[in-house]
Amino acid sequence: MKLKRTLGVCAFGVALRVLSPVQAHAVVTDEDLAQIRQSIKQLEAQHAEDKKHIKELEQRLKSSDSKALASQTPASESPTVPPPPKSDFSTTTASTSSSAVSTPTQTGAPASAGAFNPAIGVTLMGTYAHFNHDPNKAPVPGFALGKDANNLGTQGFSIGESEVSLSANIDQALYGQLVLSHPSEGGVDVEEGFIQTTSLPLGFTVKAGRFFSGIGYLNEQHQHAWDFLDAPLPYRAMLNNQLGDDGVQIRWTAPTDMFLQFGMEGLRGDKFPGTSTNGGMGAQSVFVKAGGDVNESNSWLASLAYYHADAQDRQTTNDTTIDTFTGSSDLGIAGLVWKWAPNGNPVQRNLKLQSEFFFRHENGIFDNLAYRGDQTGFYGQAVYQFMPRWSIGARYDQVSADDGQPDFTGMTLDSLDHTPRRYSSVLMYDTSEFGRFRIQYNYDDSATQSNQGVMFNYTVSLGAHGAHQY
Amino acid sequence: MNKLLICAALVSVLFFTASPVKAAINIFACEPEWGALATEIGGDAVSVYVASTGRQDPHQIQARPSLIARARSADLAFCTGAELEVGWMPVVLRQAANGKIQPGSPGYLEAASVVRMKDVPQHLDRAEGDVHAAGNPHIQTDPHNFLPVANLLAVRLAEIDPANAATYKTRHDAFITKWKAAIQKWETEAAPLKGAPIAVQHKNWIYLLDWLQLKEIVALEPKPGVPPSSGYLAEVLAKVKVSPVKMTIRATYEDERPSQWLQQNAGVPAVELPFTVGGSDKAKDLFGLFDDTVDQLVKGVRP
Repeated sequence: MKLKRTLGVCAFGVALRVLSPVQAHAVVTDEDLAQIRQSIKQLEAQHAEDKKHIKELEQRLKSSDSKALASQTPASESPTVPPPPKSDFSTTTASTSSSAVSTPTQTGAPASAGAFNPAIGVTLMGTYAHFNHDPNKAPVPGFALGKDANNLGTQGFSIGESEVSLSANIDQALYGQLVLSHPSEGGVDVEEGFIQTTSLPLGFTVKAGRFFSGIGYLNEQHQHAWDFLDAPLPYRAMLNNQLGDDGVQIRWTAPTDMFLQFGMEGLRGDKFPGTSTNGGMGAQSVFVKAGGDVNESNSWLASLAYYHADAQDRQTTNDTTIDTFTGSSDLGIAGLVWKWAPNGNPVQRNLKLQSEFFFRHENGIFDNLAYRGDQTGFYGQAVYQFMPRWSIGARYDQVSADDGQPDFTGMTLDSLDHTPRRYSSVLMYDTSEFGRFRIQYNYDDSATQSNQGVMFNYTVSLGAHGAHQY
Repeated sequence: MNKLLICAALVSVLFFTASPVKAAINIFACEPEWGALATEIGGDAVSVYVASTGRQDPHQIQARPSLIARARSADLAFCTGAELEVGWMPVVLRQAANGKIQPGSPGYLEAASVVRMKDVPQHLDRAEGDVHAAGNPHIQTDPHNFLPVANLLAVRLAEIDPANAATYKTRHDAFITKWKAAIQKWETEAAPLKGAPIAVQHKNWIYLLDWLQLKEIVALEPKPGVPPSSGYLAEVLAKVKVSPVKMTIRATYEDERPSQWLQQNAGVPAVELPFTVGGSDKAKDLFGLFDDTVDQLVKGVRP
């Protein structure tokens, strides 16, 4: 309720700014326009002449005639080639002259019939994992886990997160993306499917559909882009590994030299920790991101987010028992990513440090008992590329829960005085920008019984290769 | 409560920072050579931000927050195109969500769109290494390519900033005159290079080689973007024993080890060329870039 009012006030403020008159550029008189047209015509004539000159020079270079380069004389200075036909110039100079300037037969951007097909990218992942205890018996004491977070991985061979993505600009104002993946239980899952604006004024962006929430640094990335194969413990315990939901996201980027971005999301809320309540608008989030360059070699990105979800009769399974929760979940995430590369060139060597802190408060009824509880968690990781194609990484992650109030002894929410934690390391070898092999070792102490795992993995991308996020 | 605070902050930042309309046209140049060209043509009428440096591999720039922030306020994005920036610019453009510089709008400019492209592959296969469908994008190694690009930029600047159209025209004409004279000078100086056999580290010099009529005998990368193995370097060594080369050229940002290995094992001088503005101390602007490039090459072929 409060959030709705807040949103309203906010929307009003934003609208006010949008509607307030924006200073135009200097007033342009008819005289100016005539002069500009004249200038453009001259430039175009010049351009045609330059092209002719270049062609001539190229022909000379190609021909076997032995004239020294030095003896070449420039082509005639007078514009003998008429300027290309011009579209109607009578309104403003903004009618695009670009089409007139470039001659398709000569240029480097050929158009083909297939050019309008969406970019198709395929990511293939395959993993062989060995755990010395059953990875499916993996409760995290003190936490009710979502259905994907109930295990440490898949024993043996699996193809994990293989997926297909289709993306393209829809028109001058919209971009669209669809990502289909193959979940381990079979079938096809729409991992992401959204449209996003590209040209709203004043730095606004609106995204709608299904997408990964912007509340966390790792959360926004696809799993195949993660350095480690699995989600850090706080993601696993509090977000069922990763939060993707249906809804709308609005972002606003400040017109400052330092990167500063504000965002808010209205989500359906049926993804853990919520269930679809409130008529299908059960979760909301707000976030702020800031970032910049310290110098040529160092850059950073910090973020702060708040996420709220309501659950109604949410059922979670913990090994043998089924738990029910009705109430609210309030989660705060603070994150920092720091990247270093000598002279800002990451090709030879680079270092990436990242850490995120999670704080959660839950309030409601758990298994028919009134419940208030607080949990925290964090992870810190470092990945160093020590030579082209080779990287190593180390990660530490942990979560901790109070025992809940009033008394949950012997139940899922009992922390058993245990702090779930894990130590991981990874070695990566890239065959190219498109292929990667990894070996990851985990010493997992999240359950009361520790479990060691070794994972061998390949992650490759075929076809269109989406640009990387920071 | 904190929601309200954040909202208040959002609205107030909107009001206080978005209002003053800057006089200068903000140009977001993907590479230093286009930043330098924009300064030549735009002068004081433009404010240029360069997204990468001469010490960075233009294929491998990261979509850093600072780039997104600068793209957010840009009036014109000036890039090479031809897929050179495919690994980072799409993310910058999408995240900045600045309608003025989206592809297709007057504020988005690709230099490669007015240059005759070389090395356009007949068929595309990533087994061939880092190939670009539109052709070799490293067009800035031939000064002739700057003539049509300068013209394209001047026309586009006049279109998005009509108030300064006359300035752009004047500065463009002055630049072209100066540039043509400089090309003459470089070509005179480079006369001894004609036909000289050389090795290249990466296939990013095709425009330079064709301009100065240098002969590429071998590349130190087995495929574009694939670092050489010791086995492949042995092949290169065998090849330069049969057909000797005067030097190996590489860009500042590239790994110096393969060319130095060849220097030690075959006595082939390793020459580091600036590749773009800022790639060497002397390459302070476009003129310095080619002064230094030609100078280094001529020194390299001298016996």
